[in-house]
Amino acid sequence: MQVINQIGDFINNQLLKMLWLSSLIEKFISFLFGQDFLESIWGSMIVFFIYDFIKIGILLCFLIFIISYIQSYFPPERTKKILSKYKGIGANILGALLGTLTPFCACSSIPIFIGFTRAGLSSGVMFSFLISSPLVDLGALVILTSIFGFKIALLYVIVGLILAVVGGTIIEKSGLGDNIEPFVLGEQNIDIEEVKISQKERLVYAGQQMLQTYRKVVLYIVIGVGIGALIHNVIPEEWVQSVLGVNNPFSVLIATVIGTPMYADIFGTIPIAEALYTKGVGLGTILSFMMSVTALSIPSLLMLKKVVKTKLLFGFIVVVVVGIIVIGYVFNALQFLFV
Amino acid sequence: MKIQAVGGCCKRSQQSYLNTVEAVKKLGLDVEVEHIVDAVQGASLGVMSNPGIVIDGKVVSTGRLLEVEQIVELIKKQM
Repeated sequence: MQVINQIGDFINNQLLKMLWLSSLIEKFISFLFGQDFLESIWGSMIVFFIYDFIKIGILLCFLIFIISYIQSYFPPERTKKILSKYKGIGANILGALLGTLTPFCACSSIPIFIGFTRAGLSSGVMFSFLISSPLVDLGALVILTSIFGFKIALLYVIVGLILAVVGGTIIEKSGLGDNIEPFVLGEQNIDIEEVKISQKERLVYAGQQMLQTYRKVVLYIVIGVGIGALIHNVIPEEWVQSVLGVNNPFSVLIATVIGTPMYADIFGTIPIAEALYTKGVGLGTILSFMMSVTALSIPSLLMLKKVVKTKLLFGFIVVVVVGIIVIGYVFNALQFLFV
Repeated sequence: MKIQAVGGCCKRSQQSYLNTVEAVKKLGLDVEVEHIVDAVQGASLGVMSNPGIVIDGKVVSTGRLLEVEQIVELIKKQM
């Protein structure tokens, strides 16, 4: 048993948290600028920045490669066929799950919306898919594990999926989901023959996705890690505590309101979350912040605006924001169970 | 023969169109590649993930940026 624990610790500390990298950078900085500098605010900030940037970069590339490989088995055309076989809450759950697996960029959101709707999928399934897609990600699961441990990471995924299922169901049952533009329904559903892809092509695809994603999110990571480093080393703990601490009843609300108009990839929010966590910010507040940054973004809302009426667009925003706030408060209240 | 390159909003889709044009040139076909940039029109052809390639109404590739050689093979198969 002890051996298994040791192996587990080794994987978490050296492979996921990459503690070796941190000590390597510390040695390097101390060698270049001396021990005094290393122990100053600037020194520890630079170490945090370099360490986090490299760590997230390595994990990201590795993960995106594996995830893209898995995703190559779930193109939206196939997801649509699978989903159209199910009805009711089961379809919502499956929609939320497939949302995490189906590759999907902003320019595909309109065709996917149209394709799903014409295939007769309910608005609930459609929105479960749309909510979970940016929110829950296999990559996020691993990176969250490296920072907060597996229990909390798994919790994030489960809560994200629940939000997607419940949010989709509310949108459908309230009738809001019917407010789509008429042309979306305009034509017949087209099911295409599955395109056959060889193993080699899947690997090439995964490699392309990895490079493309890295290029796309590297800026978010730099900004995220920069803000994280600032919070980590410069901003006094009391400030962070007074605004976002567990004792401020509005902390979740503030985190969500700040996070919603911001848009970053989930990978960009992780260093910020990590730094807030070490400053004693509540778990629920952090989850709310991460979810609000990733779930709603102005570019994707603008895309969605083209296929749905304003009423549904606002309904969607309200459902997601309220859901995130509720999740935050529940987690802050139950934090003692998980940490 | 009718060849349509679907998708125009991201760099990958733009490249896919250029590669398709190149492939047609390589095969010496007298076909003009139609570039479908409108997302609604693309969806009506059955392409849900860009970039996509449609030959004579049949979707032969979606969601992947193909090399010129790969597109040449796809076109040959449909001839």
